[in-house]
Amino acid sequence: MPKLDQQRVHAYWQRNLSLVIKLLVIWFTVSFGCGILLFDFLNQFRVGGYKLGFWFAQQGSIYTFVALIFYYTHRMTKLDKEFGVEEE
Amino acid sequence: MDLQSLTYLVVGASFALYIGIAIWSRADSTDEFYVAGGGIHPVANGMATAADWMSAASFISMAGLIAFMGYGGSVFLMGWTGGFVILAMLLAPYLRKYGKFTVPEFIGDRYYSNAARGVAVLCLVICSVTYVIGQMKGVGVAFSRFLEVDYDTGLLVGMVIVLFYAVLGGMKGITYTQIAQYCVLIMAYTVPAVFISLQLTGNPLPQLGLGSTISGSDTFLLDKLDQIVQDLGFREYTTDVRLNTVNMFAYTLSLMIGTAGLPHVIIRFFTVPKVRDARSSAGWALVFIAVLYTTAPAVAAMARLNLMQTVEPSPGNYLAYTERPQWFKNWEKTGLLAFEDKNGDQLIQYSADPAVNEMITIDNDIMVLANPEIARLPNWIIALVAAGGLAAALSTAAGLLLAIASAISHDLLKGMLVPEISESSELRASRIAMAVSIAVAGYLGLNPPDFAAGTVALAFGLAASSIFPALMMGIFSRRMNKQGAIAGMLAGIGVTLFYVFQHKGIMFVSSTAFLGDLPANWFLGIEPNAFGAVGALVNFATAALVSRVTAEPPPEVRELVEQIRIPAGAAVARDH
Repeated sequence: MPKLDQQRVHAYWQRNLSLVIKLLVIWFTVSFGCGILLFDFLNQFRVGGYKLGFWFAQQGSIYTFVALIFYYTHRMTKLDKEFGVEEE
Repeated sequence: MDLQSLTYLVVGASFALYIGIAIWSRADSTDEFYVAGGGIHPVANGMATAADWMSAASFISMAGLIAFMGYGGSVFLMGWTGGFVILAMLLAPYLRKYGKFTVPEFIGDRYYSNAARGVAVLCLVICSVTYVIGQMKGVGVAFSRFLEVDYDTGLLVGMVIVLFYAVLGGMKGITYTQIAQYCVLIMAYTVPAVFISLQLTGNPLPQLGLGSTISGSDTFLLDKLDQIVQDLGFREYTTDVRLNTVNMFAYTLSLMIGTAGLPHVIIRFFTVPKVRDARSSAGWALVFIAVLYTTAPAVAAMARLNLMQTVEPSPGNYLAYTERPQWFKNWEKTGLLAFEDKNGDQLIQYSADPAVNEMITIDNDIMVLANPEIARLPNWIIALVAAGGLAAALSTAAGLLLAIASAISHDLLKGMLVPEISESSELRASRIAMAVSIAVAGYLGLNPPDFAAGTVALAFGLAASSIFPALMMGIFSRRMNKQGAIAGMLAGIGVTLFYVFQHKGIMFVSSTAFLGDLPANWFLGIEPNAFGAVGALVNFATAALVSRVTAEPPPEVRELVEQIRIPAGAAVARDH
């Protein structure tokens, strides 16, 4: 493997970090936000028989987590290629 | 065929399946399984990880706890799934890139110190043994019911079987066995849930059934449940906060970061062929876990509703004790369900008021197993649930015991104390470590600190406060040095253990608790099960502080950190 230049590796890492931070904000919002902190507020709305806060805490947050990981995988695969740091 | 013989048959058949697959795949193609490249597809690895990870806590215990905690039980649902997001984004790909054998090995190399490795071994053993206690509780409940004996005897039988299973060893390492275990456990969980959802709401998908109306009425299931529990003086199901918001927050956080710090899960990501696969494997694992985790709230609410309506068929009319159903009698034999006729009227009064309540014991851990019986589902489904519960408990217990054994034999003995140890002595040491762990966990499991899922939550708290921060800082901070990491791990797990022990008793022996297990004594109202979040903060803070006033790590360690951050140049996956 040719030695990667420092700057490129640094830029790759920064892009990775900013993606992770964005996704973790969503992660925090659906679980700790909608499921716990905003629970009472959201419960005035309903989805079928579910109060919305309760739905986030027991269903919605889990679906979002799954989507987050696949989105992350997808974006990182592209990022790896863009910076030429993917595995052979 | 009666229920008991049917249970033996189904459980026996599932065991035969696991052993059969193990033998077949071993004889056939050891190389293909272990060597990278020819490797395990991320979907298959995800499924195996899901089986490894979902234990008696998820299968047997969790829905039962949610049934009695209502909304408060959401901490388990969010905590035990949200952790995979952290794992996928913050740890798995980097640890895969590093590509070593155990978690302490990474910590030892990254912090260029055998002391750090030793501390990691200590932390790993403490959390894993606590975790096994939780499994033992679940196994004990399952066996006591199906052998129709008391809990202690059930636990003893469970210990012997787990030991046998773990010492067989290889079975656990083989991905296809775990895929079979996943299939058995997920079927066992979802089939009864579908039937019960159909019965109650007419909707076959439990995830939707929970939000539907009760068949033949306009009332939503959750509204009806809220109504019934409140009539008997319990708090409203859908809004019953666990103690307070701070506690819910801490509990969820503790479980999330604990998930990302548990050795037996992390190890799975060391073996996928590529760094990219480590990311998607975590995603697939969560898909397979989510199938159970989105079904669990429906199982919980429906089990609670069925239980309430069995005991109180119509408002104010309680079931007569002499007319109690068979499942009630069966569970009475285990001592996990008990009735006391306080007012002598032969009726089973169930109430939130302890002075009036006559259902004096309902061990929450029995709910999932009892659920199909309460709903009067056919016997084969009940037998299937037994097989699923055992698959969940055994696969996880075996995984944890192997993690403990490799930490002792590979890291402690071979890596640190006696590097010249022979292979056969290493193997013997790991078997002894397993046997001792089971004996300790089984003994402590006779009087577990909590229900199975609660005990497991303690283990997650301990992992959250010790291993996770050390791993994360090892990847994300080039400046973190050995002094910081060691001080952080010791402070984090120390604070958490101290807090847990003062409320739950030293080594969970409750008579030695010097502060009672009462909310009034809790720091910021945070219960011991949730304290790992605080422990993790202490860990991060201590590490940051200590590393600032001590020497920087050597340049080759900084080089190592740079290297693990990019996927390129990963070595082939190692044999496990």
